[in-house]
Amino acid sequence: MAEGQSPLAQFEIKRLVELNAGGLDVSFTNSSLFMVIAVAAITLFLTWSMRGRAMVPGRMQSMAELSYEFIANMLKENVGSEGRKYFPFIFSVFMFVLFCNLIGMIPYSFTVTSHIIVTFGLAALVFVTVTLVGIFRHGFKFLSFFVPSGVPAILLVILIPIEIISYFVRPISLSVRLFANMLAGHTLMKVFGAFVIALSWWGGWLPLAFISALTGLEFLVAFLQAYVFAILSCLYLNDAIHLHH
Amino acid sequence: MPQLNFADFPPQLVWLAISFLVLYVAMAKIAVPRIAEVLESRQDRIARDLDEAKRLSEESDKAKADYEAALEEARAKAHGMVTELKASIAKEQDASRVELEAKLAAKSAEAEKSIAAAKDEALSNVRQIAGVAAKATVSKLVTIDLADTDVDAAIEASAKGRV
Repeated sequence: MAEGQSPLAQFEIKRLVELNAGGLDVSFTNSSLFMVIAVAAITLFLTWSMRGRAMVPGRMQSMAELSYEFIANMLKENVGSEGRKYFPFIFSVFMFVLFCNLIGMIPYSFTVTSHIIVTFGLAALVFVTVTLVGIFRHGFKFLSFFVPSGVPAILLVILIPIEIISYFVRPISLSVRLFANMLAGHTLMKVFGAFVIALSWWGGWLPLAFISALTGLEFLVAFLQAYVFAILSCLYLNDAIHLHH
Repeated sequence: MPQLNFADFPPQLVWLAISFLVLYVAMAKIAVPRIAEVLESRQDRIARDLDEAKRLSEESDKAKADYEAALEEARAKAHGMVTELKASIAKEQDASRVELEAKLAAKSAEAEKSIAAAKDEALSNVRQIAGVAAKATVSKLVTIDLADTDVDAAIEASAKGRV
């Protein structure tokens, strides 16, 4: 199989502008380009659709309001009123993941979230932010989060390390879930796309039908993974604010 | 696998940081306040409209109650006027009846008196005629001239026995 037709070729990082800052490679890559596109698309969508500030919203304004209320309700249900302060953060995370996933569905585009380092970066940002919120709110009492209540002392010896490990595994599970979903979906689409070409007019219809259905599923996954990422961030935030399981 | 090419990690992380920071600032400073403002003003507008509707409905309820009270009052007043009128008419009728009765009583008393007088007069006339007749009869039978006083006494005595 030629290099360009490998199912993984779509994930190749290409340096569009070589940049170097004090020995650190900060090149503007195709990944950077699509991150910038996603940020621009989100900002344009939310500001352009709200430009009328209409009392009765039109289609675009409804979508913008819907995405706002979606995250606002998620935050209210999972964190409560204390969560309002962190709304812009959770909203940015959700919109960034959602737009990166959706823009990745455009043929010949690049899926930013199909790279473990990007999803890990986001998950680590969530993890660090949430942990800092917990520490600033509760100080040393935050450590009581790792001690389950109502458990015999002897069991604590086992449970406390488990709690600590499960806490630090959070950013990994959060990032791998999103990365694996994107990687698998896009690889599968590429593989079946190659089958369509390979089997040509005689046998290509079956994989074509499959790839059509898969495209629909991938749009669902694109939204669902953004939702999962945002709601898990909310749950972690809730743990940090309320310190209970 | 391109995802595991460690040389690609720094530029991705750096640009993720840059773009996410820009996005966060754009959301926190522009997009979120703008949407929140629109949603809040809509909420306010709906609340205000509901308040206004409530106020108007209360007002109309009050107007209805006022109207009903006025109607009730007018009805009561009309009723009072009718009873008063009935009472005064009854009183007037009573007064005129009493007067009439008194008048009639007076008249009948007067009539009785004059009847009695007429009766007395008639009776005395009868006696006189009886006396004259008795005198004439007796003088024809016994040819004695009776004194008028005696005849009168005899008539009186016989009248007493009959009348």
